[in-house]
Amino acid sequence: MRKTSIIIVAIGLAGTTAALAQQKPVVDPARVDAAVKAAFPTAPADWQARLVPDETMKQCSAHGNSPPKAISGAIQKREMATIQYPADGKFLGDWKNGEKLAQSGYGLRFTDYPPRQVNGGNCYACHQLTKQEVSYGTVGPSLLGYGKLHEFKQADVKAAYEKIYNSHATFPCSFMPRFGANKVLTIEQIKDIVALLMSPESSVNK
Amino acid sequence: MELRPTLIAAACAAIAFSSIAFAQDAETEKGLEKYRQMLKQDPWSNPGLLDSDRGEALWKTPRGPKNVSLEQCDLGKGAGKVEGAFAELPRYFVDADKVMDAETRILWCMEKLQGFNRADLVKKPHPGGGQPVKELGAMATYVANKSSGLKFAPKAQHAKEKEAIALGKVLFNRRSGPFDFSCAGCHSAEGTRIRLQGLPYLANPKEARKVVGEWPAYRVSTTHVMTMQHRLLDCYWQMRMPELELGSDVSVALIAYLNKTAEGGTISAPGLKR
Repeated sequence: MRKTSIIIVAIGLAGTTAALAQQKPVVDPARVDAAVKAAFPTAPADWQARLVPDETMKQCSAHGNSPPKAISGAIQKREMATIQYPADGKFLGDWKNGEKLAQSGYGLRFTDYPPRQVNGGNCYACHQLTKQEVSYGTVGPSLLGYGKLHEFKQADVKAAYEKIYNSHATFPCSFMPRFGANKVLTIEQIKDIVALLMSPESSVNK
Repeated sequence: MELRPTLIAAACAAIAFSSIAFAQDAETEKGLEKYRQMLKQDPWSNPGLLDSDRGEALWKTPRGPKNVSLEQCDLGKGAGKVEGAFAELPRYFVDADKVMDAETRILWCMEKLQGFNRADLVKKPHPGGGQPVKELGAMATYVANKSSGLKFAPKAQHAKEKEAIALGKVLFNRRSGPFDFSCAGCHSAEGTRIRLQGLPYLANPKEARKVVGEWPAYRVSTTHVMTMQHRLLDCYWQMRMPELELGSDVSVALIAYLNKTAEGGTISAPGLKR
């Protein structure tokens, strides 16, 4: 009896040590931050924020982009609060301009300053959108026929706007940029991309 | 009830639609594969080999303020020994008290042995489109080529080597910048692509072993050899991050992580890329 309980205690201790070892980060976070700061010595003062993940990105990176429920709920709540809606309450812009924005990957790279054109959304880099464009990526899901599949519902128009403005409000730790929240695209530009997805006339739905 | 035929028609259309899209995907992929095969058919057609030769000449020529060659440069296997050195890099070097990859080590030797100014060398270390790879990159191509056919065998024994690999893994997964990107965002799934460019699943040893050993590689689209340090800078550029410094701990750690993940994969540098 005694022998067995000693073994059980020993296993219990080993388990605790393993759990502790798992909790402790392999690399000191301060070391990571310092290495990143030193690796980009030409970064101007107003670029320093790019080097440091915000709370949401920290949580996503720490959990391999699939955080436990409590954290994922906190992320959704935090990111939902960043969404600014169009003042006129209209979500559908010009789908033809949306198509142009979907094609363009211009903006925010260190060779893009001073800006020579407006920022793009680069949707085609990751998504299929129209039959006409065969050069599309597959990191994100295909959005071909998106509006039609959603039966052009008003609620889904708003949901599409929210996903583009801040993807994490709907899908915590999504790989898609927070186009609105991070000021990559303007509200008007996001409306144009919403129209590309949700307008019956758009080539996405033809 | 009247809606039903419409619904069925719509469903049929949707099915037809997706199979067309699927056929189109397969067709595009076939075209891409044919292009890759044509590039690979004649290994001597790889212009990167010219840069490897240029690198060898540079390595052996007395240069710099001290007018010495790099034949006394220790790449980890003893002064002057180039054969097989690349396969074990990055590694810890006592003289520098740092873990270094091939390019960082060549940079160090250029500074310490030949007397070049480090700041000058890291200022614009990579070629623009259409320009040939710079001297340091040509020598890195030569050094990598001298391990061609060997397998990646990083030692990963010294505490600092282990730390570099661990740091590289953290950096690979670290999301930041206005696009929230990390390396993992594009390289943590099988069979995905950006536009038509396939993305290797670099966190997966099976895929890392296939592609990591192709760098430095000749890039057809930019008509020059691109080194791994340059490749990483380009990734960070797309991630909307600032300019990654050649020889920084971040670049070395990422290379340490990639080479460790690719352990056992065959080196075939310079490779040939789109």
